[in-house]
Amino acid sequence: MHPADLLLVLVILMNFLALGASGMRVCIRAAALQGAVLSILPLLVHREPGWNALLMAVGAAALKGVLIPGLLLKAMRDVHVSHEVEPYVGFVPSLFLGAIGTALALLFAGGLPLAGEHVGTLIVPASLATLFSGFLLMTTRRKAIMQVVGYLLLENGVFVFGLLLIEAMPFLVEVGVLLDLLVAIFIMGIVLNHIRREFSSLDTEHLADLKE
Amino acid sequence: MTLALILVPLGAAAFAFVIPSDRVRPLVLPAAALTHLLLTGVALAGLVPVAHGAWLQLDSLGGVTLGLVSVLFAICALYAPGYLRVRIDRPNRILCACLLVFLSAASLLILSQHLGLMWVAVEATTLATAPLVYFNRNPRSIEATWKYLMIASVGIALALLGSLFLAYSAYLGGGEPSLLFRALLESAGNFSRPWLRAGFVLLLVGYGTKMGLAPLHTWKPDVYGEAPGMVGALLAGGLTSCAFLALLRVYRIVNAAGEGAFARRLLVALGLLSMAVAAVLMVRQRDFKRMLAYSSVEHMGILVLGVGIGGAGLSGSILHTINNGLTKAVLFLAAGNIHRAFRSKNLDDVSGALVRLPLSGGLFLAGFFAITGSPPFGPFVSMFAILNAAIASDRWIVAFLYLALLALVFLGMGATVLAVVQGRPSRESLESPYQDNIRKTGPILVSMALVLLLGLWIPEPLRKLIAGAAAGFTVEP
Repeated sequence: MHPADLLLVLVILMNFLALGASGMRVCIRAAALQGAVLSILPLLVHREPGWNALLMAVGAAALKGVLIPGLLLKAMRDVHVSHEVEPYVGFVPSLFLGAIGTALALLFAGGLPLAGEHVGTLIVPASLATLFSGFLLMTTRRKAIMQVVGYLLLENGVFVFGLLLIEAMPFLVEVGVLLDLLVAIFIMGIVLNHIRREFSSLDTEHLADLKE
Repeated sequence: MTLALILVPLGAAAFAFVIPSDRVRPLVLPAAALTHLLLTGVALAGLVPVAHGAWLQLDSLGGVTLGLVSVLFAICALYAPGYLRVRIDRPNRILCACLLVFLSAASLLILSQHLGLMWVAVEATTLATAPLVYFNRNPRSIEATWKYLMIASVGIALALLGSLFLAYSAYLGGGEPSLLFRALLESAGNFSRPWLRAGFVLLLVGYGTKMGLAPLHTWKPDVYGEAPGMVGALLAGGLTSCAFLALLRVYRIVNAAGEGAFARRLLVALGLLSMAVAAVLMVRQRDFKRMLAYSSVEHMGILVLGVGIGGAGLSGSILHTINNGLTKAVLFLAAGNIHRAFRSKNLDDVSGALVRLPLSGGLFLAGFFAITGSPPFGPFVSMFAILNAAIASDRWIVAFLYLALLALVFLGMGATVLAVVQGRPSRESLESPYQDNIRKTGPILVSMALVLLLGLWIPEPLRKLIAGAAAGFTVEP
């Protein structure tokens, strides 16, 4: 078994933790832990990790594991609302859907050709499963913070896939993933702040005036 | 030269940001826009084939979009000072700076000859436009901004994943790892097909979200409904055309790899679906700005449908980006004026725009006829070219659905537009201080004149440019 696979299993488990948790803190921490675990992966996948791989790992760990979850936790502290997730789709159905998504990811990944060094690793299924879990969180959770957590998972999924290309095309992977995350979360943070000021809450139920 | 197209608007944005006066600041917009237009003209005059290893260079395909975006931005920038004078109660520092950053990011997107760099630019356009939607600072506009950010971010994340899939497909194909379009096109024949197909689907969904193709259009009515008319014009005419360009660049690679038929089937399906969704949702639309959003969904559908039909349909689509973009400027800017005069964009309060604002109301009506494909305006020519291509390739069902949906849209949109322009204006609207003047209607007239001109006569350089852009898609056997 490839050493990276152990960590990838952990990544998949974090998806289930985020899908099944009823407290927002747990969800944010699950996303944080997943991000931190992911950032180590480039070092394991690289055959000869250089300084830029190390820099990437440290940067990603700081961003995904500490900075962004910290911002989300702070946003939660600042606005005094219930810390319940309040899903549109219950926790058990969410977990069930997550399990189906993971199974489908394994099946789908089995049908795709891989380069020699990637055969037998969990990179593709873990990536697709994480992506799917992120989607599920974004669409079935009511709080704006939870939608951001869903987006984090989605990004983590893309990041895992980037491992396949980290040696061949480091530019695309590094710039893409970090820029996407940093700026998108930054802007989302600003908007979250405005939502809070406008509605004194982070419940997206308030954001339902615009309808057909 | 190429860099100046990106750096001039960026520098102007920084300059606009430090100007303290809300009255003086909007004047930076026309100055920067006209400089950009000049630079665009020079760049278009000196088109050369893309060099080996160039990351930033203008090609014919990008040239069409650059020309459109530059002209469109100039029209909106000339309109802006008059509009912002009416809205002097709102600080416009962020609006002006973000408009210019958008122009810079759009230029970067158009000039990018690298898959990754192009993606970065698409991301930059999203981030630059989000604050524009939030200009009015009310609960409705923040809702629209939040939806826009969430949906567009997911789309962009999927586009990144699609780009990674495409890159992996190229990596499996062997050869030197490069993501420059030229290198990708040259080695496309060896790509791993399953990854390429999956990558194209993801990129279609990702950039399709930016374009606002159904069923990924849900942000559009909210954003176009809440953003100022000027911003709506730039989004519906410029940003969507840039996203379409990104999709075309990807399609070109997939086509060169021999998977063109697969891609075209998807494009035809998504195109017809977008037209159908727009036609259904446009019927009895009470909000005339949201109606324009559905019109945009429809025309994005027409664009990808043309590409899906292929042949003359492709050049029809490329021409249609220009026609659609300029007509959208007419519609959104005129709608913005009507919105200001009536202080509402709902049919409950708005009627008799032709009496209250003869010029803006008349332009809104003319824009409606143009966008629904009535001769002698530009969109008629390009929409007819797409129909012809469908018939020429014996796709009778596609041609029939296309015509039927166009007719449906004409009826649905017509009902709303006529309700806006006809009848008698309410007393409140007659008492509102807003008046049309040359600064607020002149740019719309220019845009309308261009739409009419393109319907009657396509200048030779433009014809050559479009032919050159379409020729890039032919695959040598």
